Amino acid sequence: MKNFKLIYTIGVIVLAVLLTLGIASLILAVLGADVLKTFWVIFCYPFTTFKNLSGVINIMTPLTFVGVGICVAYRSGIMNIGGEGQMLIGLLCAIVFALYSGLEGPASIPLIMLAGMIGGAIWGFFPGILRSKFGVSELLSTVMFNYIATQLYSYCLRVPLLDPAVAGGAGDPQTVKLVESQWLPRINEVIENVPKGTRFHTGIFIALILAVIVYLFMWKTPVGFKMRAAGASDRAARYGGISVNKYLVLAMLVSGACCGLAGTVEILGVHHRGLGNCTGGYGFSGIVVALFGGLHPLGVVPAAFFFALISFGCSALQINKIPVPSNVIDVLMGLVILVIVAAKLIIANPYLMDRAQRKVLSLLNRKEAA
Amino acid sequence: MLDFIVLFLTVGIPLSSALLLASLGETVNQRSGVFNLGCEGVMCMGAFVGMFIPFMVGGSGPVAWYVNVAGLLAAAVVGALFGLLFGVVVIKFGAPQGIAGIGLQLFGTGLAGSLYRHFIGGAQGVAGINSIRIPILSDLPIVGKMLFSCNPMVYVAFLMVPVVHYILFKTPWGLRVRACGTFPRAADSMGIDVSKTRYQALAFGSAMAALAGAYLSVCYAKIFTDTLVGGRGFIAVALVYFGRWSPVGVLGGAMLFSLAQALQLAVQAYGFSAFPYEFLVMLPYVLVVVVLVFVGKSKHVGPAMLGKPFNREMRT
Repeated sequence: MKNFKLIYTIGVIVLAVLLTLGIASLILAVLGADVLKTFWVIFCYPFTTFKNLSGVINIMTPLTFVGVGICVAYRSGIMNIGGEGQMLIGLLCAIVFALYSGLEGPASIPLIMLAGMIGGAIWGFFPGILRSKFGVSELLSTVMFNYIATQLYSYCLRVPLLDPAVAGGAGDPQTVKLVESQWLPRINEVIENVPKGTRFHTGIFIALILAVIVYLFMWKTPVGFKMRAAGASDRAARYGGISVNKYLVLAMLVSGACCGLAGTVEILGVHHRGLGNCTGGYGFSGIVVALFGGLHPLGVVPAAFFFALISFGCSALQINKIPVPSNVIDVLMGLVILVIVAAKLIIANPYLMDRAQRKVLSLLNRKEAA
Repeated sequence: MLDFIVLFLTVGIPLSSALLLASLGETVNQRSGVFNLGCEGVMCMGAFVGMFIPFMVGGSGPVAWYVNVAGLLAAAVVGALFGLLFGVVVIKFGAPQGIAGIGLQLFGTGLAGSLYRHFIGGAQGVAGINSIRIPILSDLPIVGKMLFSCNPMVYVAFLMVPVVHYILFKTPWGLRVRACGTFPRAADSMGIDVSKTRYQALAFGSAMAALAGAYLSVCYAKIFTDTLVGGRGFIAVALVYFGRWSPVGVLGGAMLFSLAQALQLAVQAYGFSAFPYEFLVMLPYVLVVVVLVFVGKSKHVGPAMLGKPFNREMRT
């Protein structure tokens, strides 16, 4: 049994997938849905038309940004759950810059994005410095900063940035629409022969480029190496002369900037104005994406596609007359996280593998004896 | 001014109960070395189960009251089951607890919301458990209204402070729990089953969290919504750090946080509208961060092996 490790790994993965599907089907059955049809809508329906597929890509874009940002933080040994707040502050800065800088035209787009990145980085800086200077657990401080950001954003939306058109209490608070030349171009304006009439925007290319840049930064530069060393083993890194605290803060800055960019691209590409609920919970689902992508920026891209797929599928359940509430997506994501983290540890545990190997061998021997 | 203070305390005390129950539970499981960030999800499930049973059975009068109590108990049982499920992932397989906790949070909130829409739907309430007025004492001026005409669960929550203190610091089981959180290898060598103790502590902690959720849906709001728990689970985890892993400290933290929240509600009710209310809503969260800064600085540390899985076969 030389290749037992490979067989064991594949076996655990297959079991994990079956377990996830089993529990998910059970829950769907309890909710009174036709299980097979539900899975068809979640996994196949998004591919049926170009419009659906572009919807998936539009969800994939922010998920990739956030996922890449979360990877940087986790690899450097700090768990960033504050993606949601960093997105909000990032897009807030971007909107303020876009509305009040007076810049227009395509050249202003990169500057607006830079503003968004700075906003996100500032919001990531606080938990980073709290952790490195005061030893405050980032798990808690980032969550608190999410709430603070939500309130700050809803204040800005309600008072200083309020669109005069809805000022009299008519409709939800929102900001003025950005000038059209500040929008990210739609994909049919860039590439010919692409059907019109979808909200498919070019943000996905920026997301893919960012994933590659972050990969190169983390794996091919000395700074990235030091950040990963600080995350892998802080004591060893300190012994090697790396200032762990400095790199923790840097990791949170980069991570926050990625999340801020996610919010900014969402505004420039999809909404074109600040709305009440424009983060769409991507700050949280980005964590799942990062984990599913193996905490690697290039793994995040397919993971983001997969989660965008099921996210779009879950939101399309109602249209397809399946009586399942759309927040079943949270159930699926939670389930996937729990199964993945457990399966990873089972694969990595040499004792469990030994036991499984002995069991398989004894079964085989018994067969031979009989 | 006096009635402002009375209003502010009368709002604050019921608000603190949910946080208090959840953080006391979390204190126990953190003392055993398990960090349950999924408290929020367990609270949501508790809130759903707590109101689901009275909603389905219905009835009125004393029967309805007992059904509501049954809802609370069922919520605690479901919470304990969620704790055991989480235990399989983080204790048996030793998965990273922060990440698994986020998974549990998403799973619990999503499941509670989905089940609610499927089985109940719409904004439907339950009779719930009403406040009781303690005879004589509730007729006292000021304190009568504040302290002696609360919901029974509020008294239960406050009673749990000495109970949890007694369990943790005066019983053999509490000693085992603390040993497993501080030095599991030594506990193991003394014949204590570390995994079993941690499972027990986690089941207890999650049952308390679910009870806190059920308090919100059955006693406080008498209705379930997706935002009912609204981040209280995360606050409860933060309060454990705030209270330095002691039930009395947690009580202080829960009171401080809820009073800050009540202050904000009272200020809004009194209509100081010139000041944007968002900053008042923000206040308790800012307060938690500020306090965490001071707690982090102090040399008093939490359970040494908090968040670290224990495997008796590993030689580290």
